[in-house]
Amino acid sequence: MATTGNILFSGVGGQGILLASEVTAYALLSAGYDAKKSEVHGMAQRGGSVTAQLRYGDKVYSPLIEPGKADILISFEMMEAARYLPYLHAKSKVIVNTQQIKPPAVAMGLVPYPEDVLDSIRSQGIQVVTVDAFDIAREAGEVKAANVVMVGAMSAFLPMDAEVYENIINTRIPERFREVNLKAFAAGRKITT
Amino acid sequence: MTGDNVTDSNSLWMSGNEAIAMGAYEAGVKVASGYPGTPSTEIMENLSKYEGVYTEWAPNEKVGLEVAIGASFAGVRAFATMKHVGVNVAADPLFTASYTGVRGGLVVITADDPEMHSSQNEQDNRNYAYAAKLPMLEPSDPAEAKELLKDAFDLSEKFDTPVLFRITTRVAHVKGVLSKGGMRKSTATRGIEKAPAKIVMLPGNARNRRKVVEERMAQLREVAESDAFSKVEKGDTKRGFITGGVSYLYVKEAFPEASVLKLGMSWPLPENKIKEFAASVDELYIVEELDPFLEHHIKAMGVECHGKDLIPNQGELNTSIVRSSIDPDFVPELFAPVELPMRPPNMCAGCPHRGVFFNLSKMKDVFVSGDIGCYTLGFLPPLSAMDSCVCMGASVTIAHGMAKALGDEGKGKIVSVIGDSTFIHSGINGLINSVYNDSKTVLIILDNRITAMTGQQNNPASGCNIKGEAANAINLEELCKAVGVKHVEVVNPHDINGCKTALKNALELDEFAVVISRAPCVLIPEMKKAEFVPYGTTTENCTGCTACIKLGCPAISWTSMTPEEAVAKGYKEKQKGFAVINEVQCNGCGQCAVLCKFEAINRKGE
Repeated sequence: MATTGNILFSGVGGQGILLASEVTAYALLSAGYDAKKSEVHGMAQRGGSVTAQLRYGDKVYSPLIEPGKADILISFEMMEAARYLPYLHAKSKVIVNTQQIKPPAVAMGLVPYPEDVLDSIRSQGIQVVTVDAFDIAREAGEVKAANVVMVGAMSAFLPMDAEVYENIINTRIPERFREVNLKAFAAGRKITT
Repeated sequence: MTGDNVTDSNSLWMSGNEAIAMGAYEAGVKVASGYPGTPSTEIMENLSKYEGVYTEWAPNEKVGLEVAIGASFAGVRAFATMKHVGVNVAADPLFTASYTGVRGGLVVITADDPEMHSSQNEQDNRNYAYAAKLPMLEPSDPAEAKELLKDAFDLSEKFDTPVLFRITTRVAHVKGVLSKGGMRKSTATRGIEKAPAKIVMLPGNARNRRKVVEERMAQLREVAESDAFSKVEKGDTKRGFITGGVSYLYVKEAFPEASVLKLGMSWPLPENKIKEFAASVDELYIVEELDPFLEHHIKAMGVECHGKDLIPNQGELNTSIVRSSIDPDFVPELFAPVELPMRPPNMCAGCPHRGVFFNLSKMKDVFVSGDIGCYTLGFLPPLSAMDSCVCMGASVTIAHGMAKALGDEGKGKIVSVIGDSTFIHSGINGLINSVYNDSKTVLIILDNRITAMTGQQNNPASGCNIKGEAANAINLEELCKAVGVKHVEVVNPHDINGCKTALKNALELDEFAVVISRAPCVLIPEMKKAEFVPYGTTTENCTGCTACIKLGCPAISWTSMTPEEAVAKGYKEKQKGFAVINEVQCNGCGQCAVLCKFEAINRKGE
């Protein structure tokens, strides 16, 4: 491919964004792409907004996605999807976990959690896929696999077959979690294919 | 995830910090010491997993660098890691190590944090290379970082100099593809070698070494000209770019056709190559984050160029900023941001610091002199209980200075708050000053047994070393008593009322007093594994008093009600809402249960 693909992962610290972005990165690498991924550590992790930026292509220079250039936004929390609207373009695909995590001002009752927060994205004509990742993961046998459900749902928008991801799960995730993650991935992928 | 290899054993997917750890191993480093600090921490963490390399967490960066200097004097390759502000702490040995030079190769990592993702300032440590008269290398990505680090060790031995190696957040915390490389060998021989004229830096010797430093820098200017450390990528000659570090990557994306001179060595600069390159292009642009470091030195060569007249000198750059700074016509059409509640970082559910800050938040006339760590988050609402924060260790000393300035007016009103790791880093000196100079302040040491903010690294009070093996643990209360503090009280911060009494008692004394708040961080492995019963809410008992909400615990949230809803739910009409504990998030600390007077918060099953 001539251009670089850009995947923006967003959510709240502790939601498993790192693992989701790693599975995706390894899938892209094993399909022969170059890739770079940028993460934020330290102060920002303590319950704050967290992103991982993953770029892939023939040769990737910058580790950062330019505003307006994210082809895929995979958000693990509803409000954290809307927060990155300036990173999207008209043809972006947005995959959102329906979970809502209250930020401090909302938890304290000072402001409400914004209603219909995804409308801000949809109203721009951008395709939004919502995923009840928790329920799906619970059905697969482990609520903590919600992040892999999300990867499954996103995978349909990337140029790799399911086997590529399954192979990553089989070779890189500790054995006792493999079965449930494979199920979670398949259930997620089913939503978008 | 397990394993770093991508498709075959020679192709790896690693962060800059993991790559640097591997580079240090491949360079044959034998002794490494550092102090945790974002974005440098994972270098030492990863290096500690390699066989045959001694690694340690030092109490601070000055100690870490001095340990590395010692190892270098003993003839092995030595390595010190720190974040940018850590170099300020280590500046004293750094400047003189420039005079002594090395035996075994010595490389010092400075991990800078443009944009201040996790820092109190965004100083540009390239200035240290100039000021300390040391060479500085700067990679652009993980793959380059690993190989360039090995060159740094060779350079160090060849030119008898410590080498500064600068990375930034977008090198340290970026993952990229790289390969395993060959091992390098030190040219030094391990052993005791007495060379007083070279390493006993009293004035007579130092004056001689001063000359050597200048000769060395002259030789290094020649080295800077070599393709190994500065490379021209010929392209369209209309525009030429001189750049280095991560900025190089942004230039390559923003102006793929242009000519580029990429500097792998940020100091000294290759003057001939720069002048030649400048002459080969119509317009010259210097693209660098933060200070106009290259620009100033290039302009001093008499070369005309654009730089900070176009490109911001604050914050990180990215491809968009570089492109639009140079091509003002380029204005990307972006969707406008949505107005949303902020999601700042917060202390964890069950964080022991919260108990102390909750009490401090009630003492409105007390000034809280804060410090650097997770507990700096005590500044944020609803606790809002930190009134200053400058640098590591400054809580104790700033409190003392304020108390001296205020005299009787400040009596019982000045408190300093510092974490265990920061206290050991550079709070102990302040403690001694407070005892010696009769401070009328209260020092609160938040002892959670770990260096938490940077990701739970062990420290001298943890009882474990960098590898997690048992180590001597510093006893903080005995340390305080030993330097002469008469009033030292240890409290459990989860016992909100006991904590309050301890603080009040200490503030009433007319002498320097220490309160140690002791409870482990909820993120350390023992606590994560520990069995506990979470708290839950009996919402029908909640009167909406918001006592628990004022803790700002992420596990507790408020549900608002209209008067009609209140009545329908069986509450008084005027009750505006009720609190609910998310039992999945609760870590069972019980601070909220202490505050609830209405039996609305209880351990599950009680």
